[in-house]
Amino acid sequence: MSSNSQHHHFAHHFESEEHEYATSKEGVWLFLVSEILMFGGLFVGYIIYQHMYPQVFHEGAMHLDWRLGALNTIVLLFSSLTMVLGVHFSQLGDRKKAVTALAITILCGAIFMCVKYIEYSHKIHEGLLPGAWYTGETHGLSNMGLYFSFYFMMTGLHGTHVLGGMCLILWVLLRANKGEFNSHYYTPVEGVGLFWHLVDLIWIFLFPLLYLVG
Amino acid sequence: MAGSGKSYLEGETGLWSWLTSLDHKRIGLLYFFSVAFFFLLGGIFALLIRLELFSPGALFPADMYNRFMTYHGAVMVFFVIIPGIPAILGNFFLPLQIGAKDVAFPRLNLMSWYFLMTAAVMALCTLLLGGVDTGWTFYTPYSISFKPATILMAFAVFIAGFSSILTGLNFIATVHRLRAPGMTMNRMPLFVWAIYSTAILQVLATPVLGITVLLLAMENIFNIGIFDPALGGDPVLFQHFFWFYSHPAVYIMVLPAMGVISELVTTYSRKTIFGYTAIAYSSLAIAAISFLVWGHHMFTSGQSEVAAITFSVLTMLVGVPTAIKLFNWLATLYRGSIQMTTPMLYTLGFMFIFTIGGMTGIYLATIATDIHFHDTYFVVAHFHYVMVGGTLMAIMGGAFHWLPKMVGKMYNESIARMSFVFIFIGFNVTFFPQFVLGNMGMPRRYHDYLPAFESLNKISTIGSWMIGFGFLIALYAIIQAIRSGSPAPMNPWGSKTLEWTTASPPPHENFLTTPTVTAGPYEFK
Amino acid sequence: MISMFIAMASASTFMPPAATQVAKQLNHLYAFMLISSVISFIILVGGMIYFVYKYKRKTANDKTPYISHNHTLEFIWSFIPFVIFMACFAWGAYIYKEMRTFDENALEINVYGKKWVWEFEYKDGRKITNGVDANGKLEPATMVVPVNTPVKLLLTSVKLSPEDKAVLHSFFVPAFRVKQDALPGRYTALTFTADEKGLFQVFCAEYCGTGHSSMMAKIKVVSKEDFDAWVLGEEAGGAPKEMTLADKGRAAYAKWACIGCHTLDGSPSTGPSWKGLWGNERSFNDGGKAVADENYIRESIMDPNKHVVKGFEPNKMPTFKGMISDEDITAIIEFIKTLK
Repeated sequence: MSSNSQHHHFAHHFESEEHEYATSKEGVWLFLVSEILMFGGLFVGYIIYQHMYPQVFHEGAMHLDWRLGALNTIVLLFSSLTMVLGVHFSQLGDRKKAVTALAITILCGAIFMCVKYIEYSHKIHEGLLPGAWYTGETHGLSNMGLYFSFYFMMTGLHGTHVLGGMCLILWVLLRANKGEFNSHYYTPVEGVGLFWHLVDLIWIFLFPLLYLVG
Repeated sequence: MAGSGKSYLEGETGLWSWLTSLDHKRIGLLYFFSVAFFFLLGGIFALLIRLELFSPGALFPADMYNRFMTYHGAVMVFFVIIPGIPAILGNFFLPLQIGAKDVAFPRLNLMSWYFLMTAAVMALCTLLLGGVDTGWTFYTPYSISFKPATILMAFAVFIAGFSSILTGLNFIATVHRLRAPGMTMNRMPLFVWAIYSTAILQVLATPVLGITVLLLAMENIFNIGIFDPALGGDPVLFQHFFWFYSHPAVYIMVLPAMGVISELVTTYSRKTIFGYTAIAYSSLAIAAISFLVWGHHMFTSGQSEVAAITFSVLTMLVGVPTAIKLFNWLATLYRGSIQMTTPMLYTLGFMFIFTIGGMTGIYLATIATDIHFHDTYFVVAHFHYVMVGGTLMAIMGGAFHWLPKMVGKMYNESIARMSFVFIFIGFNVTFFPQFVLGNMGMPRRYHDYLPAFESLNKISTIGSWMIGFGFLIALYAIIQAIRSGSPAPMNPWGSKTLEWTTASPPPHENFLTTPTVTAGPYEFK
Repeated sequence: MISMFIAMASASTFMPPAATQVAKQLNHLYAFMLISSVISFIILVGGMIYFVYKYKRKTANDKTPYISHNHTLEFIWSFIPFVIFMACFAWGAYIYKEMRTFDENALEINVYGKKWVWEFEYKDGRKITNGVDANGKLEPATMVVPVNTPVKLLLTSVKLSPEDKAVLHSFFVPAFRVKQDALPGRYTALTFTADEKGLFQVFCAEYCGTGHSSMMAKIKVVSKEDFDAWVLGEEAGGAPKEMTLADKGRAAYAKWACIGCHTLDGSPSTGPSWKGLWGNERSFNDGGKAVADENYIRESIMDPNKHVVKGFEPNKMPTFKGMISDEDITAIIEFIKTLK
């Protein structure tokens, strides 16, 4: 599907560049649908347990610092913007600007992960751990660990996606740097961009659910 | 890559060229060999199970039997029946049947195979870690045992699921984007419709299994408590999550089989399919309704009565499109010109077995009768009638139907028919007595049982040997065809679908000139 | 005519003896389904065999008619199965409702599923578990119940030892056509009214590990007189009289110091009184409501601040999770039931 030349040769089973582009994009969208359903399972679990243990989830959320969550939200939203720019400049074939935009996106991802690291180490320090490992304040409740099971599962899975997304962006950045993208061919940047927006979107749901319900 | 006209089997040879091939036909054959291997493995576990149950008393210790039972289920479900038809026949024939040169994403296609292989290696490694004894359903809290084998198995299932998602995704995009000129959706062969409906299920349901086994793995590594009642979790929620995937998964297993049968019944009756639209759309209807019925696995689990009644009525609705298909195939036979080839025998065998499997499904969808039959041998018999009798009959029928196209050789008709006789009779001898055992109340997953159940269990075990023998004959028939079969003509069965308009075996590009479609797939006029 | 067929079919189905009204009703439903399936099977497979015989390929160039569809036929074979399916559903749901109707005056027996035995605990404190007969052979636990009397089983799954993990089991009595999962940390219920005397088999139907296939028990249905005699301990095999379950609950009430905060005379103390608690609708500080049943009381002991009754302060009661045994909780529940 790829080639190093300026003019992209589409694979033999497609009719044209546009045909290949549209098909690849549909593939990415289908993948995103399955991602959403995977996170959907966790969201449904969260809602069920929040209904079963409202105080646990209330008290649990009080242990999170919404300012750090908000900071991360802003960082990710900004990174979505730079990602859009990365796609835009790749399409224009503007190598320098595309690389810059993608690099900033990776940087935002890194900031996000650093903030997560600060949050996680704080939680671990305070014993706010999942399930059986919970040693923090109990607030008189028996199953405080449950909230943090969801907290760590959801943010952990999301964090893995952020890391994965950063790797993918690095990959398209290196290709952009070689000047592989132009108006005829920028499918990988577009696909990675869609993935990054999904990662961002999931966070937009996670943030209020985990930090603000308290 | 200009059209050279060489068959896909020629050109580059050697193991490495196969392991790196992006050709959907070669990948289909890779799946064929690996799935056949897993089937052999799962079959050995099945024979060991039946051997233990030949007479009450312990040939194997209970813990060993429980592992056989688990591996039989897990290998057969995740590595044989789910990838089975879509990944082998779907890979090979979906692009051919819609006049495409390949699937939409050939590299992803190869990657899916590697994912499945990785998962299989991981699953087999669990044997070295002491084995998994949870049953393929992994019910909590029994499965929260902090054993490394369970953890590895959960990850293996996760990765197998990933392979399934990517295959489904690939097929959806292929069907949407790569149809030949004139190949409208309503001119697609019914096999394509079935694979397409299956692919939708694969993409939408499998991620939920993914997150469920991921949570199960975390539960075993970190003791997170989401499914552990000792930590406030809800074990019944695990069942909800598990069946939300695994019920649609039943249709992932059987819809492609129905697609194969639709192809075979029309070809060997040399008559257009009756009710094309009804069959095509009933696949989609089954796929859609299958998402709403998972609770019928849980009538005795302690879920609310309202939920039980709702799931029961919704489950009945799945029966209707299924009945429609059976009647349509029957009507296709009417006034046809029926040729009793091996694939047709398997088709008729499918209809016989699937009728029983489908009807017993109603017994299990009806709440009051299910309370009695749930978790007894009645359920075991039912799902083997549907999934083995249905899917495996279709795989075998499809394999013989398309073997001339795949390898360019004809098989020996009388040897192949012999395989059908043994498999069909053996199947019924094995599983019909299990309905009766279920009636009598014998629970499933028993390694030992009361003397009252002995004679039927003995019959069942004898049947299992017949099935095993039948598959050995089938294997021989296939090997014999590949080694010394006579060359296959382009269209030995007088079929009307596109794969028969190209050489046997097809060239790398499938079609030397892209076909243009002007009519439906079964125009026997 | 139809009922005659149903009677004939239900006599030849290999179903176990039907020892309850529900089981007899279910046999009728089963017979109806069996007859419908045999008819459908004959139509489908009989039709298939007939067509295969009649329309066998004769020449290499047989011409076949082009029949693409027929709306009337398609409607018929969609609609008739639909009607039959709905009839099965409605009939099944009706019997299910009967199965799930609990008589208030039912004889209550607590059932514990352990790896891998069933244990029965009567209200008089008598506990029945697996025994060993004179020859050293294992004798499964035998529950004794009177005939024609509604019985309610309260099921839960418990640990064998502190290191053990309680898992799912399922209490299955084929002759009564009832089955209910026993879950750890929760009570589920099952009811039956045996109308025939005899000894009936109990299985565990939910896979639970090594001893799953030997996790059996029996239910012995006896006449009311025999049951009363058995209760008095006259018949051999009846365990010697112990404290009643409610007495055990009263002892647990003192042992776990519930007495410090919960009165038995209806006057509120630090916590609500236990008198009149059973079956009462409780209103909580957070606006929620719940009926005080087995699972509510269990939850209040294990996770006391989850629902705090209106007018009481939270964080007064510690959790007893990990300390109190399942048996003690069951006894306390029984004790509360007696405080009308």
